[in-house]
Formats: sequence, structure tokens, C-alpha cells
Amino acid sequence: MFHIYCPYCEEHREEEEFHPKGQAHIQRPEDPEACSDEAWGDYLFFRDNPRGVHHELWVHAVGCRKFFNITRHTVSYEILETYKMGEQPTITAQNLPGKDKQSGVQAASGGWQTVGARPESEALNDASNQGARV
Amino acid sequence: MSQVNRLSQGGRIDRSHQLHFTFNGKPYVGYAGDTLASALLANGVDIVNRSFKYSRPRGIVAAGAEEPNAVVQLGASEAAQVPNVRATQQALYEGLTARSTNGWPNVQRDLMGMVGKLGGTFMPPGFYYKTFMAPASLWMTYEKYIRKGAGLGRSPAEPDPDIYDHLNQHCDVLVIGAGPAGLAAARTAARSGARVILCDEQETMGGSLLGSRERIDEAPAAKWVDRVLDELGSRDNVTLLPRTTANGYHDHNFVTLHERRTEHLADSAPTFGSRRQVRSRLHRVRARQVVLATGAHERPLVYANNDVPGNLLAGAVSTYIRRYGVVPGRKLVLSATNDHAYRAALDWHEAGREVVAIVDARANPKGDLVAKAQSLGIRIITQSAVIEAKGAERVSGARVAKIDAKLFSVIGKVEELACDTLASSGGYSPVIHLASHTGTRPTWRDDILGFVPGEVKGLTPAGGAHGIYALNDVIRDGAEAGVRATQAAGIDADTDTPALPKVAARQDGEACALYQVPHEKQTMRAPKQFVDLQNDVTAAGIELATREGFESIEHVKRYTAMGFGTDQGKLGNINGMAIAARCLKRSIPEVGTTVFRPNYTPVTFGAIVGRHCRDLFDPERYTALHQWHVEHGAEFEDVGQWKRPWYFPRTVNGKQESMHEAVARECLAVREGVGILDASTLGKIDIQGPDAREFLGRVYTNKWAKLAPGRVRYGLMCKDDGMLMDDGTTSCLGENHFLMTTTTGGAAGVLEWLELWHQTEWPELQVYFNSVTDHWATMTVTGPDARKLLAEVTDIDLDKEQFKFMDWREGTVAGVPARVFRISFTGELAFEINVQANYAMHVWKTLFEHGKKYDLTPYGTETMHVLRAEKGLIIVDQDTDGSVTPEDLGMQWAIGYDKPFSWIGKRALSRPDTRRTDRKQFVGLKPKDPKVVLEEGAQIVFDPKQSIPMVMVGHVTSSYYSPSLGHGFALAVVKGGHERMGDTVYLPMADGMVHEAEIVSPVFVDPKGERQHV
Repeated sequence: MFHIYCPYCEEHREEEEFHPKGQAHIQRPEDPEACSDEAWGDYLFFRDNPRGVHHELWVHAVGCRKFFNITRHTVSYEILETYKMGEQPTITAQNLPGKDKQSGVQAASGGWQTVGARPESEALNDASNQGARV
Repeated sequence: MSQVNRLSQGGRIDRSHQLHFTFNGKPYVGYAGDTLASALLANGVDIVNRSFKYSRPRGIVAAGAEEPNAVVQLGASEAAQVPNVRATQQALYEGLTARSTNGWPNVQRDLMGMVGKLGGTFMPPGFYYKTFMAPASLWMTYEKYIRKGAGLGRSPAEPDPDIYDHLNQHCDVLVIGAGPAGLAAARTAARSGARVILCDEQETMGGSLLGSRERIDEAPAAKWVDRVLDELGSRDNVTLLPRTTANGYHDHNFVTLHERRTEHLADSAPTFGSRRQVRSRLHRVRARQVVLATGAHERPLVYANNDVPGNLLAGAVSTYIRRYGVVPGRKLVLSATNDHAYRAALDWHEAGREVVAIVDARANPKGDLVAKAQSLGIRIITQSAVIEAKGAERVSGARVAKIDAKLFSVIGKVEELACDTLASSGGYSPVIHLASHTGTRPTWRDDILGFVPGEVKGLTPAGGAHGIYALNDVIRDGAEAGVRATQAAGIDADTDTPALPKVAARQDGEACALYQVPHEKQTMRAPKQFVDLQNDVTAAGIELATREGFESIEHVKRYTAMGFGTDQGKLGNINGMAIAARCLKRSIPEVGTTVFRPNYTPVTFGAIVGRHCRDLFDPERYTALHQWHVEHGAEFEDVGQWKRPWYFPRTVNGKQESMHEAVARECLAVREGVGILDASTLGKIDIQGPDAREFLGRVYTNKWAKLAPGRVRYGLMCKDDGMLMDDGTTSCLGENHFLMTTTTGGAAGVLEWLELWHQTEWPELQVYFNSVTDHWATMTVTGPDARKLLAEVTDIDLDKEQFKFMDWREGTVAGVPARVFRISFTGELAFEINVQANYAMHVWKTLFEHGKKYDLTPYGTETMHVLRAEKGLIIVDQDTDGSVTPEDLGMQWAIGYDKPFSWIGKRALSRPDTRRTDRKQFVGLKPKDPKVVLEEGAQIVFDPKQSIPMVMVGHVTSSYYSPSLGHGFALAVVKGGHERMGDTVYLPMADGMVHEAEIVSPVFVDPKGERQHV
């Protein structure tokens, strides 16, 4: 059972309080009508399944009801960081320290999706606002 | 029967405190401090079980959790039955009653043993599958008898009288195992002020030190144990949990501990007055750091007939002598590969019994214990091993020969030694089970000939658990692990080397690697050499598995059942891997190990369930009117966690109505008079904010821009794949204020859905959501007389021009502030009265006082279903299943294609798949035979004469008998159904009957919708 740091409540809580909501940083296309059927199908149905670093959307369902992101290692199940909506991860398959890479970490094909949730402003990506490291 | 094997002195038992117990129906006597196993050995009981597959007689092998044979069924009464208890872990208590789990009709004279003897050579791995495969239909018959012969215990047939608790715990350092390493670790951690939990599976903490011949601080080791426990016990920051097994190690240092609080006292927990003590506790521990001090299990050697009773682990022999004052035989032969095992022979000798010989696989054993044995004149046979045990129901001799372990062959003449006990030791396997539970692979170390835990974050192994065995090293390692864990937990530990107790360092010679002992005959032809005693897996079985192509150790495991079940490979796994490695000509690390899984030892269901049983199994939600429903005889239906009235049967002429009769009466009351429904369970979400209206437009398929305050609209909610996920009405309470209703089951999910879109996609919209489901009670008054009734108790103008269909008004009802919504789920004139939940009972009762003259009829969910189906109104997740679009439902009128924002689900409705004309579409079905009520879920075909498998074109989603129409009717989805009005379809049933039905509009009653507008 995971022990999850909620970046809004700013404390560790038990997994029972949270719901997983799938891959993070899936952005709904700005203009759905301009999408091809294939692009819309990709948005709806296709998700990464990496062995290694994975960015996931979770909700503190019976806590503060806030959605946030978790960077989790799908082999060790270690939670590498959690960060608020609109923020970007500081740990990715590309920049994970070498030692962890050797222990079986591989980037998903194409790496993590770079689209990301739209930050409200660039300031959200400032170090001072980055998600809590756990 | 006297305790023939009991020594007159020694051991940690109380000879003044006799305990009577029964095993397989025979009475015996033991002492306080005994385990069931030590008491059985003291009484000279050789056979404790029959083996799983071959039904061979089996005796006690070990003294702890690794015991494979002495697995018993405990309990004097039916309700107290506990299966799968290891006799080595069960403390003796007065009146204990135990039986063997295997053996039919009994362990002494076993019928299945004949099968084992006759068929033994013909029972290779896969025997049951290969033999009883065909015909498949008979497997159930075979299985009954196979199970009877090979039973593994049974569950009680009567309710458990005991109570069990769950405790959520947090600590800085959890120390698992209270042997020398665990005690040292717990002490250093505790002295730093860390919150420490120390747990140990045995009756008494101390681990190996309880039966050790070694001295600490120039006193018996057990004295040091007492001192450390005294210190730990006096600290507020330490929790000591004896009789507590750490059974599962889960993600992020979540460990489940099973504490047995009364299992050493009696069958069921003792009572104090009327209160029963808690039998066991499951501690759910979230530890910052875990110190794994679980020690090591001794490995037996794999030689021929190594399963005959009288074959024991060397360490177990020492434990029984030193801790329980029991010598399990008269004449001992010890077969060993290491110095440590010599303790068994020394203890045996000191107990005054004969050590026939120590057979050592090493050419030139050297070390303090070897020297001691030599000085006592014990015969030591070097570079040799016991290759075969003699005897049937008890060891009668040992065949000993010079061997070459590397070439795997016998190289000398065989000598036969007479003995009744054969102890063996092939080295030690660190108990790494817990470290493996999270999936981390262990690492093989050639220097200790064993696997040690792989690197697990937050876990520090100590002592034997990672291959450190000399006592002085173990204590130092434990103390250091305590420091490391404390620091890792973020607490300032005293980094000075903690004062260590004085332990005389012992010189041990190097151990040699030996797993399976060679025999003069090839493995396949030699007498059985057992690897896994619990699952009857032999060396020949593993060899056969590798020959048949099972090369992965995981496949070998599944083919042979090695390490299965409650055993989890405690004794046999390493030997099995070594044999597989030899057969495959690989090294042990190349073969690798299988995955250990929770639980380490069996946990009773009672402990797992805790208080989550009976009334507390699942939460139940009641509406504010629940008590009234109970008092008026309602039958209830579960809707999610809600208890909703299903129907209200009346007693007519002394006879209670059937559901069919009650529902027919309730339906007619609504259609012809007035009925009332408790609709409080509908989900209600309060939505506020300047962008609330915009938000609604994005999550609903239809338009919300022009909904004025005082108006209500029905809305459909889709996922972005265009499939319907929920429906309900939303009312405009003010320009920036709306009240959304959801289905009863969808309430929580819809709220989360709204939050998801707001928080992740449109955070710029100013809108807020709050669940108000429980705050408001909802009473639906419906039927032609609804207005007359409501008018008597409200100040709201109910004039049909002032208060139109799909309007809502604020006012008072029965003197209470209320919101009244003119919406209808029955097709009749209807008012949904919402009041604060705590006023609901007053309002409900007032309505009934005034409703008497109209014969106001309470109705339940079944009548609600029939009435709405007659109107063709859907229930999401009954008439839909996540693959139905609003267009499939024929609800084009509720789709705002021209809304400016591309609302959720819109884009998907123009995908090729959603534009297919042969999609399953929502229609009504009218059975040709008016008496027929079609089965919900029945499949629909166009041509009943086609051959099976038929082409299925849809299915019935709702089906009822309509009291108003006087015939059965159904709602269904049919491929291209909207274009097939008037067509006949067929519903072939399992019994061969084929129903005919006509495709019609789903609206059966009042198609123009005039009745709800009156």
C-alpha cells in the first residue's frame, strides 16, 4: 500500500485516501473539431505503459479532493516526487540518476509525454514552486 | 503414556505445571513452556502426519516456522477449528486438541499410503494432471477423493465466537525478529529516542539465544536477553510484540503484523465477565525504517529416505534438548557440512545419550566445536555423508559413504550405522522472505552459500538475515543496523559504537557446499530424496522437470509444486534450486530463485477480516425517512450503499401481498390517484460561481446558456468518447447558482468527474462544487391528485400556468422551508419536495395526514422502475452500459451540436464508429404474447431458424409487467433499431422456448406527454 505525499495537504497519507486516474499530462486538444479521427482516437484511448518512470494523475479523493501528479517507478513502485496540477516534473526518465537507470529503468518509447498540463504561468515552473520531493 | 524423551532437568519449561492435551484422539501430558511439537516429541510420538501426495509417514523435522510436516488442525469444538497450524509454533495449553491434517482414515494406518507405495514410482510430477485429465467431466469426481486423501486442513463449519482487531501503527524503526541481532538493533534505536516496535513470532523473545550454549558477558545468553527486554520494556518509546509474526512486507514500508494474543491460552479467547478478550490483532504498521532480523533457516541435506520420522534438522535437535528438555531419540548420527551443526551432537552427548557418529562432508574439518567433539571421543567420519536413511516408520539406521560432492558421486564403500535419529545440516539460508515480498530479487553469495536480501529502500537487514552467523558479529551488526535505521529515519542517533556485550569469539572452520547427497544409484532410481517435504517434491521430480524442458526455476516450481502453499519454500527452495542448477549445468545464481509471497506463515481469516464483518462488513446509508419505511413494512433494496424501500407490501385479508401484487397496486395508485417516493438518495451537487453556467455547457450535451432562475432542465453527461455516463436534472437557483442531481449510484463519481475537468483542464473557470446529497431529503409526490394534496400543505402557488412543468419554486411545505421541483420520472403530474433532511420526517408525516383522503400510497424502487420504463425513461447503467451514445438512445433533442464550446463527448460523436447506422439503438419491445415478461439480458436475433451460434443483434435492458397496460413490455437495444419500428424480433431462451416481440417506440404510456403537464 502506497504512502503518498499530497502536495496540497503537505503531508503523507495512506493510499486508501487516493484514487489513481491514469497517465498524467494528457492534454485535451484545444480544438477537438480540428483533430483527425486518428488524433482524437490517440487522445482518447492510447496511453504509455513504461517500465520505469511514469507520471500519473491521482486525486486525494477522501482528503482535499485535489488532483495532482505522481512520478512513480513502475518497477520499484517508489514514488519519486509528487507535484501540483499545472507543474512539470523535475524527475523524468531522461534525467533519473544513472544508478537507478541501471536497475532496470527504461524510458517508454518516446519518453514521457511532453505536452504537459498548461501551467497557469511560467512561474509555476520556478524551482520555488516545484512539487515536494519525497 | 509417560514422557519417555523428557530429560529430568534443563530447558525453559515448568515441570511443576503439567498440561493435558489430545493428539489424534489420544491423551498426553506436557509442561508449561512446551510447544505442541516439543510435547509430542517428549511423549515419543514419531508420526505426526501423512505426506501430501505419497501419504508417507512423517515426523517433526524442525523447531520453528519452517516445519513442513507437523501441520495440524487445532480445536476441540467445531467453531474453534483452525487449520494449518504448525505444531512447532503452537504453545501447549491445558485441554489443547489437535489432529493431523493428512491421513485417511488415520496417520498410523493410512489407506492412501498403499497408493503411495504401489504407485509411488508411477507418481511423477504432473501425475494427477496426466492421469486424471480425461474425461474432463470426471475431474470433479476424482478430485473429491484426491482431496480426501491429501487434505490440507479444513475451515470451521460454525461461526467463530472470537473477535479480532485491526490496529494502524506508525513507528520510526520496526525491528522484525527478537534474536541477538534484533535485540541489539532495537536497543540502540530505542536509546536514541526513536519510536520502536519490536516483534517476534515466538512465545518468548530471544530467538536462538533461548537454546544457545554460548555465553554473553560471562553468563548464559538468556540472561542478556532478559536484561535487554527489561530495558526495552521500561521505555515509553518501545512497543514489544511477542507472538507476533511479520507476515507481509508491502510497498513503502507497510508491514502487516499478526499478533496472536490468546492462542497460547485456549481454543477460544478467554472471557472476563461478559467481555471476550480479543483473540488476535492485525497491526498495519507504516514504519519509517525496518530492521530485518529474521535470522536464518537451517537447510537439511537431501539424501534417500530423508523423510522417515527420526530425520531432523541439527539445529532443531539442539533446540529441543536445550530449550524444552527433550531428546528426540536414543542414538544419533549427524550429517553435516559446517561447524555450527556440531552443537547438536554436543548437546546430545551432554544429555547423556549416544552419538554414534558425526559424518562430515569436509575432508579436514577444523574449528573449536570440532575440537570439542573430538575431545569427547565422538567418532567423526570425514569427506562423507549419510546417503540413505533406513527404516519405515522410524529411522533404524544410516548408510554412510565417502562422497565427492563436486563430481556428485559416491566414491567409497558404504557403511551402515545403527541409530534412531538422523540430524542433518547443509548450511543456513537467511530468512529473506519479507525482503522479497515487494518483488526485489535476492543476491546469491558464494561465501555464505545462501541468498541475501536485495537492496530494498527503507530496509536494513541485520545478523543471520544477511548471512552473519557468529554471535559476536551478529550482535555488533544488529547494533549497527539499529544506528543506521535510526539515522535513516531522520533521528539523531548516538553514532559512537554502542557498548557491546562480551562474547567469546569462536573459531569456525569453513563450510562446504552440499545440497543433494549423491547415492550409489542414479537419482531417478535411488529411494526418494525429498526436497520439499510439505509438497512431496523429490530430487528425481526436479530432475524430471528439467528433462521435460522446464528450465526456468519458476516453471520448475509450478510443475513440481516446490515451495507452494503454506510452506513458501522455507526448507526446500535452495536445495531445489541447487538440484535444478546441477541438472541444467548452471550455477545457482544463474538459475535464480522464485518469488516469495505474503503471507510468511498462514494468517486466519478472522485476523484479516478484523471487525469488518457482520453488521460492519460494509457501511449502510439510510435516508432521513428510513425509520418510517421500516415501521411500514418496506422491503429494502441495496442501491450502492443505500438502503432504499423496494416496495411496501400490505396485508390484505390476513395475507401479505407478493411483490408483484404490491407493485401492481402501487403503480395504479400513481397512475390513478397519488403516490409518494423517498427520492433522497439521488445525488445532489451544489454548483456556484460566475462560470457555473459555462461549465455546465461543457460537461452536459445540451444547452444551458438560457436556463433562467426558476427553471429546471434534464441533462445528459458523456465521457469524451461520446458514451453516456450519467443523467439527471439541473436547476437554476440563481444566475451563478445551480443544483445538479445525479443517479443514486453515480453521485460520488460525477462529483469527482466535475472536479477532474475543472482542476486539470479548465482551472481558469470560476466554479465550485459541493455535495449536498445528505443535506436535503427529497419526497416525490406524483399522480393526478398530487396538486390537490400538496396545495393543502404549501404556500407555493401551484397554478399550472404559474408553476409549469420543469419549473421549481421556493416556499414552505408543512411549515418548513422547501424547494419544490416540477419534474416527473413517472410521466404523471409530479412535485419533488426538497427540505432540510432533519425536517423530512415531519413533512412526510404531514403529507400522510393530509393524504389519507386521497389514499396516498408510498411506493418503492420497483414501482419507480416500472413507471419510468412505461414512459421510456432510461436508467443509466441499466439501459446503458458505457457503449451507448445519446443518439443511440434517440435523444438527439438533448444534444447541442451548435454550442460554441466543443463539449465533452461531442467530437467522438462524429467518429466513424459512432456514425455507424447499425449501432445498437434504444427501442421498446412488445411481446406478441401479452402474458410474457421477457428476461432482462435476453439476447435478440432477427432470424430464429439460423444455426447456433446465432447472430445476436441486441438484448433486453429492462422488462416488466405493466399493470396500466395489462401486458408485459420491455426496453432493449437492437442493431439499427430506430429504423426497424414494427419489425418482429426473436428471443431464443435457454430452455428452447423462442419469444417473439415487436419493435415499438420505448414510450408505452402517454406518448404525447400530456399527463405530466396537467
